[in-house]
Amino acid sequence: MNMTKNYTSLPSADGHFGPYGGRFVAETLIEALDDLQALYSRLKDDPDFQAEFDRDLSHYVGRPSPLYFAERMTRELGGAQIYLKREDLNHTGAHKINNTIGQALLAKHTGKRRVIAETGAGQHGVATATIAARLGLQCQVYMGADDVKRQAPNVYRMKLLGAEVIPVTSGSRTLKDAMNEAMRDWVTNVDDTFYIIGTVAGPHPYPQLVRDFQSIIGREAREQCLTQAGRLPDALVACVGGGSNAIGLFYPFLGDESVAMYGVEAGGLGVETGKHAAPLSAGIPGVLHGNRTYLMEDEDGQIIETHSVSAGLDYPGVGPEHAWLKDEGRVNYVAINDDEALAAFRKTTRTEGIIPALESSHALAYAEKLAPTMGKDQIIVVNLSGRGDKDLMTVAELDGLTL
Amino acid sequence: MNRIARCFADLKQARRKALVTYLVSGDPFPEATLPTLHKMAEQGADIIEIGIPFSDPMADGPTIQLAHERALAHKASLRRTLETVRTFRQDNVDTPIVLMGYDNPIERMGYETFAREAAAAGVDGVIIVDLPPEEAEPLNGYLQQAGIENIFLLAPTTTAERARHIVSLAGGFLYYVSLKGVTGAGHVDANSVNQKISQFRELTDLPICVGFGIKSGDTARLLTENADGAVVGSLLVDKMGQMPGEAPEKIAAAVGELIAPIRAALDS
Repeated sequence: MNMTKNYTSLPSADGHFGPYGGRFVAETLIEALDDLQALYSRLKDDPDFQAEFDRDLSHYVGRPSPLYFAERMTRELGGAQIYLKREDLNHTGAHKINNTIGQALLAKHTGKRRVIAETGAGQHGVATATIAARLGLQCQVYMGADDVKRQAPNVYRMKLLGAEVIPVTSGSRTLKDAMNEAMRDWVTNVDDTFYIIGTVAGPHPYPQLVRDFQSIIGREAREQCLTQAGRLPDALVACVGGGSNAIGLFYPFLGDESVAMYGVEAGGLGVETGKHAAPLSAGIPGVLHGNRTYLMEDEDGQIIETHSVSAGLDYPGVGPEHAWLKDEGRVNYVAINDDEALAAFRKTTRTEGIIPALESSHALAYAEKLAPTMGKDQIIVVNLSGRGDKDLMTVAELDGLTL
Repeated sequence: MNRIARCFADLKQARRKALVTYLVSGDPFPEATLPTLHKMAEQGADIIEIGIPFSDPMADGPTIQLAHERALAHKASLRRTLETVRTFRQDNVDTPIVLMGYDNPIERMGYETFAREAAAAGVDGVIIVDLPPEEAEPLNGYLQQAGIENIFLLAPTTTAERARHIVSLAGGFLYYVSLKGVTGAGHVDANSVNQKISQFRELTDLPICVGFGIKSGDTARLLTENADGAVVGSLLVDKMGQMPGEAPEKIAAAVGELIAPIRAALDS
């Protein structure tokens, strides 16, 4: 071992990743965050808690998810071998369930009988409603009014599961406003409510615990790659909205110097147009939703509206650990535009018989660019973070069809 | 002596409670702010809090959220807020001005620049809702240099141990958040407020003001049994929001009419 930098020792005790992260919340929430941190510190190395988590992941979620060699896609691209980490095959159709199971187990230990969540594309809302149904918890999900419209199937799914979906009409009526509203709910009902945050953002300890719960993705992928290909991958590619599927894949590989990492942000209509959701590519550090991180904001410090064809990436911030990994240069952050993601959506569907989520399609589009620049003996692992069923209406609409 | 300290010293001598009033800078339109500030002082506000417009006012209820949206629709900003304070100070050199808001606009301006320009404009204190003491450096240092007080929040959930730490860093006064919730909420419990404030009282000599959910003179009086003052925000902001098409003087007068009875109730 040479003296490589340790990328897995953060956050610090007070929740920072270098200058990022922290706890930027109103005083009323501090005690609840302290309690959560104490609970998580106690349980994260508790064998019973881990066993229960692992049991749920295998029997309820269906883990491990396969690492699938996309042979035809690889042949067509004519470069590195492409492996897809099939998080789309999880129960509820995306990686989100890994985290909601973990946090719901924490909620169970607090004895709180009500959970709340924010959601963009609806995947985290569905995953939260699912686990709430299973544990018999009361569940309310905040969702931007515009997202309620564009993700109607997921809204109905949540209702079937017994959750109440609350449309948020303030601000830009998307994910960031849903998160504001969930925070307001939490501050009001802090005594009996557990807030299940859906990504690696928010005040400490959320970025840490969501990362830990999602790291199952990377731990499996690492082992599977070693078993199936006999070696580590050369590159990892994952889409980044808040960044939970990406950090989940990357984290267990951070110490593997030979593994390059690419976090793919939503370039929307093009980063140069300003209509995108790529704070790491084109934003600056600031404070929103309880943490310091890269943000999309104007010269007065107002958060600006984002654009992406994919509701799950349509967020002006990003998890603080990604901000730090960007500054450290350990992960490369790039952007893929709407049209490139849509092309990859169609191509993956036709080439591999897998309909990917529009979010994951951003990662696939970048892998398509990357593969031909690499040798045929090299390996790229792409996180196929979710399936595209929820996006059929969006894509059909772009095709001029009404379902 | 800082204006805030002088204000509380005078109030103590007169055995009066402080009335602290709030508006959002630029709400419902920029020209309304200055006359309303003067009217507030004229009708007996001892301290005025000016909300710095922000796109994501996470700790505010619907009333004040809408005020931020109205102000931003008119391109209100931290910079324009400071200009307003500067103009206010040309005619009023006594009433303490406290800026209340969220970290990001301040961070964007730059902590050092903000502290310097706020002091030059005549700002006496700041309340930054999402900047708890743990995150308050390096801003605190710049504020101290500039002679601006950093006013921290205490909440119903704040433990005694934590409160001891907070009061050791706080300046000006302490802002006790009367309830678990957002601004303008309606479920405040006077007994628990009075009890909690008397506990915090043991820990500090700084004045304690109570806010969130004060909508009438009666509530103001009930909640200040052990506190040094009451903060009234949503009640006034709600009124201003109903008058987007009115003349600035008319808006100021309507706010003044709401303040006068609260002043009288606090003095009775």
